[in-house]
Amino acid sequence: MTTDALTKEFQAIVGNENVMVSEADRQSYSYDAAVLEPVVPALVLRPETTEALGKCVKLCNDNDRPLTVRGAGTNLSGGTIPDPRGGVVILTNSLNKILEINEQDLYAVVQPGVVTATFAAEVAKRGLFYPPDPGSQAVSTLGGNVAENAGGLRGLKYGVTKDYVMGVDFFDVDGGLVKSGSRTVKCVTGYNLGGLMIASEGTLGVFAEITLKLVPPPAAQKAMMAIYDNVDKASESVAAIIANKIVPCTLEFLDNATIRYVEDFCKAGLPTDAQAVLLIEVDGHPVQVEEDAAKVVELCKKVGASEVKMAEDAAQRDALWTARRAALPALARARPTTVLEDATVPRSKIPAMIKAINEIAAKYKLDIGTFGHAGDGNLHPTIMCDRRDKEEFHRVEAAVDEIFDVAISLKGTLSGEHGIGLAKSKWMEKETSRATIEYSRRMKKSIDPKSILNPGKIIAGRG
Amino acid sequence: MPDVKQLARLLMELDDQMATCMKCGMCQAVCPVFAETMREADVTRGKIALLENLAHEMIKDAAGVQDKLNKCLLCGSCAASCPSGVKIMDIFLKARAIVNGYMGLSPAKRAVLRGMLTRPRLFNALLGMAETFQGLFTKPVNDVIGSSCSKMLSPVIGDRHFLPLAKTPLHNAVKPMNTAPGASGLKVAFFPGCLVDKIFPRVGHAVLKVLAHHGVGVYLPDAQACCGIPAAASGDQDSYDKLVRYNVDLFSKENFDYLVTPCGTCTATIKDIWPKLSDAYPAELKARISSITERTMDINAFLVDVIGVQAVENGKATHTVTFHDSCHLKKSLGVSAQPRTLIKANPDYQVVEMKEADRCCGNGGSFNLYHYEISKQIGRRKRDNIVASGAEMVSTGCPACMMQISDMLSQAGDNKPVRHPVEIYAETLP
Repeated sequence: MTTDALTKEFQAIVGNENVMVSEADRQSYSYDAAVLEPVVPALVLRPETTEALGKCVKLCNDNDRPLTVRGAGTNLSGGTIPDPRGGVVILTNSLNKILEINEQDLYAVVQPGVVTATFAAEVAKRGLFYPPDPGSQAVSTLGGNVAENAGGLRGLKYGVTKDYVMGVDFFDVDGGLVKSGSRTVKCVTGYNLGGLMIASEGTLGVFAEITLKLVPPPAAQKAMMAIYDNVDKASESVAAIIANKIVPCTLEFLDNATIRYVEDFCKAGLPTDAQAVLLIEVDGHPVQVEEDAAKVVELCKKVGASEVKMAEDAAQRDALWTARRAALPALARARPTTVLEDATVPRSKIPAMIKAINEIAAKYKLDIGTFGHAGDGNLHPTIMCDRRDKEEFHRVEAAVDEIFDVAISLKGTLSGEHGIGLAKSKWMEKETSRATIEYSRRMKKSIDPKSILNPGKIIAGRG
Repeated sequence: MPDVKQLARLLMELDDQMATCMKCGMCQAVCPVFAETMREADVTRGKIALLENLAHEMIKDAAGVQDKLNKCLLCGSCAASCPSGVKIMDIFLKARAIVNGYMGLSPAKRAVLRGMLTRPRLFNALLGMAETFQGLFTKPVNDVIGSSCSKMLSPVIGDRHFLPLAKTPLHNAVKPMNTAPGASGLKVAFFPGCLVDKIFPRVGHAVLKVLAHHGVGVYLPDAQACCGIPAAASGDQDSYDKLVRYNVDLFSKENFDYLVTPCGTCTATIKDIWPKLSDAYPAELKARISSITERTMDINAFLVDVIGVQAVENGKATHTVTFHDSCHLKKSLGVSAQPRTLIKANPDYQVVEMKEADRCCGNGGSFNLYHYEISKQIGRRKRDNIVASGAEMVSTGCPACMMQISDMLSQAGDNKPVRHPVEIYAETLP
C-alpha cells in the first residue's frame, strides 16, 4: 500500500489528529539523543488506546512497514531512530495512564508512556518506593526504561529496571495480545516472556501494559564525599566498603577531568588537583545508617582519602550531590557535541579502565571526562568534541572502538544501561559469540518473520 | 516562494549555537506547550532540530518550520533547565527575525507593529479613541477582577474575559515628571510599559506613591514607546530597531541611577534582549544600550535590594495572597524572593504558596492571540493551582500574566482579585 493509502487506514484507527504526515512533524521524530545520523519516518502515529496500538502494529505488519516505538526519545544508542525503508514511528505518550498502584500487594500496573519521575512521585505519595532512577527520568517513559533495561544511580543496592518488572503484556506482529508474568512475587507459568521483553529495544514485541514491583522506602539516608589524590585509592575504598558488608545506595565517581570541569562550571568547592572524588550515600534504618556512615568514613580514611566530608543535614546533602548532578552539564557545555558512553567493567577493574581511557584520550588527542557509578563499575567516559569537525569525529569513533575493546578485555560489557541500538550492534559479537548472534537472529525471525519490529537494532540486519 | 537557499545561509549564523543542543530531550519536562500538545515539534529540541535542518537545506517546507518556531511562549523554562546551557532565547529570537523576516509578517501583525507600535503618540491617541467606544461592544462580567467579554467582537477575540482599556491611562493621569532625588539620594527613570500605562494605570500610581514615600526622584518622560518585545517576538527587526532607538534616545536625555519598571517582561526585554539583539548596531548605540541595561531593575528588586524594604511581623494578617512567578521575572532575571518580601512588608497580608508557582501562565504575548486554545489550557492549570492554594487573591509582578490570570479566573467564575506586589505594599503607605 502507498503511504497515502496507508495514512487513511491509520487515520481510521487513531483519528486524523494522531497521524502526523507533515515534513516538519516527521523530521522531528528522526533522531534521539544518540550522536547518529537522523532518519525521517514516513508516518508518525499516536494511538490513544491499547486497542488502537494493537491495530497499528498489525496494519504495519500486513503492509510490511517497519515500526519503531518511541517514548521520550532520550535513547543514547539510536534505538528510537526509525527505519529508512518507509518506517513508521509509534508514539506512546498518549498511553500514559497509571492503571493501578496496589499498596497491599506492592505492585503497580502502568501503560508504557507513563513518565518515570511522574510514576515515582505517585508511588512516593502512597509511601512506597520505585527505585530505578535513570538520568533522564524527568522525561523518560517506563516503556522505554523496560525496553532498554535502564539503570541509574541506585543500581548497586537496588538493582535496575529489570529487577522491578513483574510482567509485560505486549502485542505480537499480528496484533495478538501476549500476556506474561503476574501480580504475584512468585510465578512460573510458562516461559518468562516478560523477561524476554526487557532490553529487547522494541525488536520482539510492542508493550501494552507493564506490571512493576514496588518496595518500602528507606527511613533515613546519609551522604558523604571522599577526595583522593589517586584513582587506585578511590577504587580500593569501593572494594573495602563492599568487603565490610556495607552496600551504599549510591556510590558515584568523578575523575580529575570531570572535577576540573565541574569546578569551573559551578564552583562546588572541589580541589581541582584531586584525582578522584567518591560520592557515597547509605540508606536504611536510622541507627544502621549512622553506623554505616561512620564506618564508610573510617574506611575511606584508612585506605588513604585525603579528605572525607559528611553531610550533617539536608542542605549539606544537597550541596554534596550538586557536584554529581553538575557532571554531565559541565562536560556538555565544554564543546558542542557530547558523546556519552557507558562501558561497564567489574568494579575491581575501575582503576585499569580509567587508566586505559586516559591513555586513549592522549593517543587520539581528545578531551574525555569520566564519571559514573563506581559501585557497579558502570562508567560514563564522556568525549567532548564537535561532530561537525569530520577529522576530529573520526578520532572520536576510533577512541570509542578502543574503549569498548578495553572494556571487553577487562571482562566488562559494551553497555551498562544505554542499550545497543544502532550504535553498538557492530561490537555485539566481540563481547558475546557468533552463536549468540545467530540464536538471537533465529529467535527474532520466528517471532517477527517480516522483521518489522524496530529492525536494525541490537543484532543488525533486516533479514 | 522564498528562496530556501538564502534562508539557509542566514540561519547558518546560528549553527554554532544550535550545535550545542545535544538532543537529550530534557526540555520536554518543563515546556508548558509540550505538556499540552505532546508533539516533539512543539518542544525546544524539535524546534532546534528543524531549524538546523532548514539551515542545512534538509527540509523543503520553510513555512512549516516557521509555524512551529512561532508556536512558543518564549517563557524560557527550557533555557533555565537546559543541561548543556544552550542559548535558546538567543536562537529563537534571532531565528524568528531571520525566518519571519524572510517569509514576511502577516498583514495584521504588520499593521499593529509598523503602523501603531512604532508611533507612540499615534498609538496612545488611537487607544484613547478605542476606550471611548469599547463600552458599546463589551459588557462587564466580573466586578472583582474587572473583566469584560463581548459577543459582538467574539469572531476576533473569542470567548476571552479581557480587561478593558483604562478610562484614563497613566500618561494622561500623570504629567511628565523630572524630580530631584529626595531622602534616598536616588533618582530613577520610570518605564511603566504599555500594559501598565493602558490597562493597569493603578499599578503605575502605586509605583509613584512608593517612590515618593521613599524619597526617590523620578524621571517620567512623555510619549514613551513600547519596549520592543512584540516586535522581537514577531521577528520584525525593523520595528524592533525603531523602538529600541526611540527608547534609548528618550532615556539618554536625563541622568538617573536606575531605570525601573513594574513589568517583568519589559525589564527582561531591556536587560536581556536589548544587548542580545544589538550585534549589528554601531558602537555608540551599543554603549548607550549597555549604559541603560546595566541600570535597569524590576521594581520589586529595586525596592527590596536597593531601598531596603523588609518583611514585617504579620501575625494579625487578615488577607491571604498567593504569588505567581512570571517567567521573565524568575527565569530570565532571577527575581523571585523580592516580590514576596514586598507583599510581606504589608502586615495585613500573608503569602500562601501555590503548587508550581513558577510554571508559565500561558500568556506568551502574541502566543495568546495565535494559539488561544493551548494558551487557555496552560492557563487553566495555573488557575487550578491558584484556587487550590485557598488564597483569597493572587499577585504577580508582570501585567501580561495579570491579564492572562484575570481571563482564566473570570472565565471560571472565581472572585479573586489579581494584583501587583507594589499595589499591596503601597497600601501600607499614607
